[in-house]
Amino acid sequence: MKPVFTRTTGLTDKPFHYCPGCTHGIIHRLIAEVMVEMGILDTTIGVSPVGCTYNNYEYFACDMVQAAHGRAPAVGTAIKRVHPDNMVFTYQGDGDLAAIGAAEIVHAAARGEKISTFFVNNAVYGMTSGQMAPTTLVGQVTTTSPFGRRPEFEGYPINVSEMIATLRGAVYVERVAVNDFAHISKAKKAIRKAFRVQQEGLGFSMVEILSTCPTNWGKDPVASLRWMEDAMFKQYPLGVYRGQELEV
Amino acid sequence: MPRVEFDEERCKGCGLCVSVCPQKIIALQKDKLNSKGFHPAGVVDMDRCTGCTMCATICPDVVITVYR
Ligand SMILES: Cc1ncc(C[n+]2csc(CCOP(=O)(O)OP(=O)(O)O)c2C)c(N)n1
Ligand code: SF4
Ligand code: SF4
Ligand code: SF4
Ligand SMILES: [Mg+2]
Repeated sequence: MKPVFTRTTGLTDKPFHYCPGCTHGIIHRLIAEVMVEMGILDTTIGVSPVGCTYNNYEYFACDMVQAAHGRAPAVGTAIKRVHPDNMVFTYQGDGDLAAIGAAEIVHAAARGEKISTFFVNNAVYGMTSGQMAPTTLVGQVTTTSPFGRRPEFEGYPINVSEMIATLRGAVYVERVAVNDFAHISKAKKAIRKAFRVQQEGLGFSMVEILSTCPTNWGKDPVASLRWMEDAMFKQYPLGVYRGQELEV
Repeated sequence: MPRVEFDEERCKGCGLCVSVCPQKIIALQKDKLNSKGFHPAGVVDMDRCTGCTMCATICPDVVITVYR
């Protein structure tokens, strides 16, 4: 009998501080496993966001830097240009990337920066207690859209992957989810492809990962996964938005 | 014989592993608390584990090791 699933050495021993059932943890594990499997743990520099995962520099066993809110793509740009032989990724929530950091991500993608962005969309500002984000669904109740998001008053959600995919510098853009075994396996493949695109120097790569926030959605962890499937999948169709043809 | 191990101190009792196990052999141990104050998950009938890794794959806190 041999171990077929063990805790990856791409993570430190420190237990995550996330709420029970929060899928940020699954995403951390996938990124860590890919770094180990690709043999890039020692040469990767990650950029932590502001949001619930602000201190994930304590969890990833690679080198990490903390950026100001939304500025991870700008910080990542600088690191990559100074250290072109290192792998650079940003880990960003939807408040971080699609609200305060909307300019940084658009221009990093447009410039074709050779970095990989892992964009975690949970349709709320998790850390600050569940305010509406640019990604909040129409009708979704949050602390700042107590009547449900009304388009005429609060506007429409931003589909970030579709938007970034219009930029020529973005060579690989895919939206995945971590709701079940099959989708988690697919998400891992997408993360690997993003790093491979960077390794080959092809340009900017981004994987949008649909994730849960049981605490601020007011649902238990299992019900949160079902809500992701029932509600989020409709607004945010999974799939490759750029780079389908890339063999890396 | 396939087997799973839970690092109980890391478990947050979220129940995701319970919900995905095809053999339905995982349960939260209501008579136990870890130092975080959660009821850790555990396997009720190890003989029926197939080592499929479904539980470990969904676990957000990387609690589970699977042997096969
Ligand atoms: C400059 C600045 N503005 C606002 C905040 C407050 N703030 C902290 S986290 C956050 C939103 C985080 O949401 P998201 O990026 O979706 O991450 P999540 O917690 O959902 O993973 C905000 C607005 C801040 N820390 N700094
Ligand atoms: S507040 Fe939401 S996103 Fe943040 S750790 Fe808790 S469940 Fe996860
Ligand atoms: S490995 Fe599969 S059968 Fe065994 S406990 Fe985990 S989910 Fe159940
Ligand atoms: S999924 Fe992980 S944290 Fe959640 S109950 Fe199971 S072992 Fe514990
Ligand atoms: Mg968020």
